[in-house]
Amino acid sequence: MSTPVLDDPSVPVGPDTTGATTPVDRFALRAALVAEVAARHADEVDRDARPPREAIAAMKEHGLLAAAVPTALGGEGATLAELSTIATTLGRACAATGMVFAMHHGQAMALWRHGGVGLGVTAMTEAVLAGALVASSTTEKGIGGDARRSTCAIEVSTAGRIHLHKEAPVISYATEADAVFVTARRDPDAAPSDQRLVVCLPEDTTLTQTSTWDTLGLRGTCSNGWVLDADTHEDRVLRDDYATISAQTVLPVSHVLWASVWTGIAAGAAERARQAVRKQARAAVGTTPPGALRLAELLVELQTLADAVRHAAERFDRSADDATVLGSPAYALAANALKIAASERVVDIVTTAMRIVGIAGFAATGPLSIARHLRDAHGAAVMVSNDRLLQNDAALALMSGALL
Amino acid sequence: MHQDPTSAPAPVALAAPGAEQAVRRALADHGHLTVDASDIASIADLYALGLTSHATVNVMLAVENELDVEFPDAVLHRSTFATIESIAAAAEAAA
Repeated sequence: MSTPVLDDPSVPVGPDTTGATTPVDRFALRAALVAEVAARHADEVDRDARPPREAIAAMKEHGLLAAAVPTALGGEGATLAELSTIATTLGRACAATGMVFAMHHGQAMALWRHGGVGLGVTAMTEAVLAGALVASSTTEKGIGGDARRSTCAIEVSTAGRIHLHKEAPVISYATEADAVFVTARRDPDAAPSDQRLVVCLPEDTTLTQTSTWDTLGLRGTCSNGWVLDADTHEDRVLRDDYATISAQTVLPVSHVLWASVWTGIAAGAAERARQAVRKQARAAVGTTPPGALRLAELLVELQTLADAVRHAAERFDRSADDATVLGSPAYALAANALKIAASERVVDIVTTAMRIVGIAGFAATGPLSIARHLRDAHGAAVMVSNDRLLQNDAALALMSGALL
Repeated sequence: MHQDPTSAPAPVALAAPGAEQAVRRALADHGHLTVDASDIASIADLYALGLTSHATVNVMLAVENELDVEFPDAVLHRSTFATIESIAAAAEAAA
């Protein structure tokens, strides 16, 4: 398995003469620095189910949370392919850190793609450029996990002021966020699916915790339950309706970046499997240990996963400004397919890695433990249930086939 | 690369003698070279002396085993294994 080759001046070798070229990646060094911080705290973040604060601070410091802000707005204009690579690097070190990065971008990109020119929205874009972390509240109690329906509605209180009240079963890393983006019906008379997205700043928002995130894996995302009350200004509402925002940005971006993080989890587990097999190989140099064949097989799976994820990222980049493509049933099916396939594959890869390592992989802790990876991997199929996505797909499948 | 790899002048050693001796032993045991590993100049091109990529893996494992080190991914490319000196330097750096 190859890792992103870092521009490491300490490597005491001459130029690589194999002809392989190192791709120029303007984020590689910064992503590696953040990953180093994330890796150092990953076990503690997992054990204590606490937010990866050090890694979040490092992401802010190195501009990773601002990476996607368009160049026209003063940012670096990272493509989804670039964000995908960063997400994998982070997910490999600490899945919770990777998921924070992924969830942030799924929302933040809606600002400049769908926000319009309202002062409250453009000010939020400025804040993201300066490093702000965005959380989201899309699901709602009593709705059953469907982000595309709301009970909560935007209520106009006095001129220009609006109020929101939402019972959120989960808001990931709410305590660490500089803003929570909240879905709500357009007004109290609107249909459940007629939603808008509202930027809620901490100073305008009261959060009352209702449940504690104590889960098998992805523990550091701290997706506690909250009651959210926000009093804010109507210019904090994004211009486009949420159906558009979801189809063209939140869903495709989130699925690619989540899958990128899961690829990182799989790569982290595969790395430990390789260490274990190399250790066996060292003990009897010249004979290939039995685990090596399994490892080779594992790398086929991992490469297939990585290629699928990067391809999906590039497909988004090619059509990022084409509402017709992004709004098509075929595109929605493809975005869901990536999420479903990647979430199944990551569990398979990590499980195989654990078997290759053996007892040291089965161990709950230790340098070759696969325990955290395995628990985190199982979060993939559960966070936005695969069955729900398949149910949505079932209707779309009657209209459209796969993108070939 | 070198006209006559076996007659290159001895360079200033960058790696400790222990690392270089370990590399020479690994090459003798697993390198399948066309010449005696103990006589090769430390900057001689090993690929010109018969080292294959498959044999490289075993040389790496043997060096790792003897020196109790692990070569990091970043150095695992062809040029690292091109000379005794560069293998020894990478092993030293990994220690």
